[in-house]
Amino acid sequence: MTPIHDLIKKLANEHGRNRRNLLPILQGVVEQEKYLSEHSMIEIARELNLSAADVYGTATFYSFLEHQKMGTYIIRVCKTITCSMKGKNQILLTIQDMLKVGLGETTSDGKFSLLQTNCLGWCHKAPAMLINNEVYTELTPESVREILSQYLKK
Amino acid sequence: MVASSYQLKRADFIFKNDNDWERILDKTLKRPPQELINELMSSELKGRGGAGFPTGLKWKLTAEDPSDEKFVICNADEGEPGTFKDREILSKVPYKVLMAMAVCGYVIGSSKGYIYLRGEYKFLVPELNKAIQEFEYYCKEVGHDFSIQIFLGSGAYICGEETALFESMEGKRGEPRNKPPYPTSNGYLGKATVVNNVETLAHTFTIFKYGAKKFYDLGVQYSRGSKLFSVSGDTPKPGIYELELGMSLQDFVHEFGDGDTKAVQVGGASGFLVPRKRFDKTTIGYRGKLTGISLPTGGSMMLYNSSRSMYNVLDNYLEFFREESCGQCTPCRVGCQQLHSGIKAVKRGEKPAQYLDKLLKLTETMQLTAKCGLGQSVANSFSSIVENFREEMIY
Repeated sequence: MTPIHDLIKKLANEHGRNRRNLLPILQGVVEQEKYLSEHSMIEIARELNLSAADVYGTATFYSFLEHQKMGTYIIRVCKTITCSMKGKNQILLTIQDMLKVGLGETTSDGKFSLLQTNCLGWCHKAPAMLINNEVYTELTPESVREILSQYLKK
Repeated sequence: MVASSYQLKRADFIFKNDNDWERILDKTLKRPPQELINELMSSELKGRGGAGFPTGLKWKLTAEDPSDEKFVICNADEGEPGTFKDREILSKVPYKVLMAMAVCGYVIGSSKGYIYLRGEYKFLVPELNKAIQEFEYYCKEVGHDFSIQIFLGSGAYICGEETALFESMEGKRGEPRNKPPYPTSNGYLGKATVVNNVETLAHTFTIFKYGAKKFYDLGVQYSRGSKLFSVSGDTPKPGIYELELGMSLQDFVHEFGDGDTKAVQVGGASGFLVPRKRFDKTTIGYRGKLTGISLPTGGSMMLYNSSRSMYNVLDNYLEFFREESCGQCTPCRVGCQQLHSGIKAVKRGEKPAQYLDKLLKLTETMQLTAKCGLGQSVANSFSSIVENFREEMIY
């Protein structure tokens, strides 16, 4: 048995094998693997006795359930109106420059992925970004450099 | 300046630290369900997520449904651009929301509650689970059977729409259902379900603690009570403020503007843009027979000053809708795409300025034919921006 198979079995035991347990299971795999491979989606379908198409259709609906290989740290910069108004592009350029990564790409060492996302709900402290589940607000190019250098050390 | 008839009135209920929730819960659970429904109805509390459905009526309809199993769901999928109040409630006064859910369960006859929390707020989970554990422990001690579970979303704005939320909880794509049937009879897993916004639940705590009259005395006719406002954009004091409903936008801008406010977006990207010349004719509350226009809102207030281009603002909104449209119904899926590429084409001069009128017609069609509130509401911001700032849209 592959580790992913074990993980899916464990998640299914924990949440249940009904269709209504699908999202927590998909989230559990993403939490660990950072994305859902075709292989994991097929395994989940088998485990829950669903069609692979149903699992794929559901998984690809949700923007936080990535289905392409992602880095260890997924950076999501908010691009909705207030963050956009308050300098989101400067934040993006700083990250791109520092990590040498394009938008929608993953660094060659597999450590960081850079994405944009819709409203994170921090408009009063714009601009904001998420690194995995961690929130960073009131960003400036300087503060972003500082935050990223901490992650580079990890 | 002519003195305004209504000044901003601050209120402080939601974040007030009422550390006697156990006593309030005991007291409330001793009252007959019908009395609690009457209390809510007489407070005239309306849903604070933006739609404004009377909360008491929602509980009443669900209580009357013969479903063998019922659910209480707290909608914490706060995704409307410019809204961030629900997170603050859940992190500062979670026990108010939990208590309200338990009371709702008692009123409608349900022992199972869920908090649908947006994935973007996942960092709240550990603290919230701790609060839930303490709460459930207390419920068990006093012999009240009610459990609460967090259900995490995964980055889909549309799941804040209640029927899309059910679909998502049932492990499917978050695509809204046709209404009717309504959640009060056919909700999660087809059972009668109350879905209330986080803030709405927190207000019921105020009502059960202080009585309906205290709440009713705030605000104006048809728009009773206080409301949290998420203030952002070009303002020297962005943040969350609890204000009485019924204020004029003029007073709001006087308090929160930077002296150069050009327009205010009321109700997030799906709401309305109000230009400066209409500030004094606009009040914030629910639709009613108030003088002038009364705009409902989930509390999102975004201010724009003269340095902002309304074209860029609209472009940003439409990109948002284009991405967040669930894609299920054609008017919304294709409509959002066409509106977005349409304004770009007009801006670049590839289409004549009159093309904007065609796009306005398209938004009317979307308003009439889209399946859910998302597609129907795109017209709000689109038409209010294009009609008031047409010159900024054209080449």
